[in-house]
Amino acid sequence: MLTRLKTQVPLFSMNSYTKLREKLKLSGLSFASTHSHVIRLGRHSRHNSKMAVCIAVIAKENYPLFIRSVPIQNELKFHYTVHTSLDVVEEKISAVGKAMADQRELYLGLLYPTEDYKVYGYVTNSKVKFVIVVDSSNTSLRDNEIRSMFRKLHNSFTDVMCNPFYNPGDTIQSKAFDSIVSAMMVQAS
Amino acid sequence: MADEALFQFLHNEVIQYIYKSSEHGEMENGRCITKLENMGFRVGQGLIERFTKDTARFKDELDVMKFICKDFWTCVFKKQIDNLRTNHQGIYVLQDNKFRLLTQLSAGKQYLEHAPKVRKHNGGKLTCQALFIPGQLSPHEWFSLPLSLQYLAFTCGLVRGGLSNLGVKSIVTAEVSVMPACKFQVMIQKM
Repeated sequence: MLTRLKTQVPLFSMNSYTKLREKLKLSGLSFASTHSHVIRLGRHSRHNSKMAVCIAVIAKENYPLFIRSVPIQNELKFHYTVHTSLDVVEEKISAVGKAMADQRELYLGLLYPTEDYKVYGYVTNSKVKFVIVVDSSNTSLRDNEIRSMFRKLHNSFTDVMCNPFYNPGDTIQSKAFDSIVSAMMVQAS
Repeated sequence: MADEALFQFLHNEVIQYIYKSSEHGEMENGRCITKLENMGFRVGQGLIERFTKDTARFKDELDVMKFICKDFWTCVFKKQIDNLRTNHQGIYVLQDNKFRLLTQLSAGKQYLEHAPKVRKHNGGKLTCQALFIPGQLSPHEWFSLPLSLQYLAFTCGLVRGGLSNLGVKSIVTAEVSVMPACKFQVMIQKM
């Protein structure tokens, strides 16, 4: 499919780029030509293929410390998705105690067959949960890419935690954290 | 971690500052210890977040306490806790035979003798458990609390903050019998 697209649209002008995006619903597919053309156009300086549709950080008391989703109109739907994923997270945490104790990735697959989102979870030792919602059509996203996204989130969250101006339990207002998250999200068209 | 001496000097200055900035009132001693403990709490929370970033998930409470005794203590004080005892009912005693923050204080009797009343009151043991129950000590006895307990308050808070961030609610108190050895007693609170 990718090679076909390349021959169909040899020159990535502005128009063809937006058409391509509409076709694929996500701008995050990683093929080299898009990168080079994207950089040439100067539209997006971010080249990573790891694009999430919604990212949430949930405190150990299960209220959100931070939640951001890209299509602003559908925000409520993402909030609900994240909320329901918490149950699965709890289930997995209690199961892990029997199995090998390690930071486990939570791969849920399709929560809603119609919406086709993939929800990934990650729980730190301080019982803070990170949830990333990704569009299912973004098939090139691999396991270790998701892991690296979580790693970045965790590092950034640790920095927020160590910030003396931050009170644990407050919502996260840090601009640095914000920018890390934005780098991982789908660019709003 | 930065050089130990830096933290020790800073810690000493923090204690001096807290006490200097609260000259008034006789009950201030307890409030100062609480302030120090709360400082330690917040620092402990942040430290734990950093240290547990790459470690595996903890299986149970005992695992958490072992982590505090080994990795956490090593990161902060460059040595491990020498002895961990528990009664398996939520009480843990961490014994450090050469507590870093106390080694620079004199091991002699000079400062400990300032508080004969407190020693008798607690049966020969100097504990700061009494600080959390204001009724137990009279104002005069507050003042005669030896300096060593002030030096333990921050660390008590450190342990409590670390545990709280790992999901374990607790009360941490400290005890000094022979300088520079000290014992930290952790009482887990069931919610």
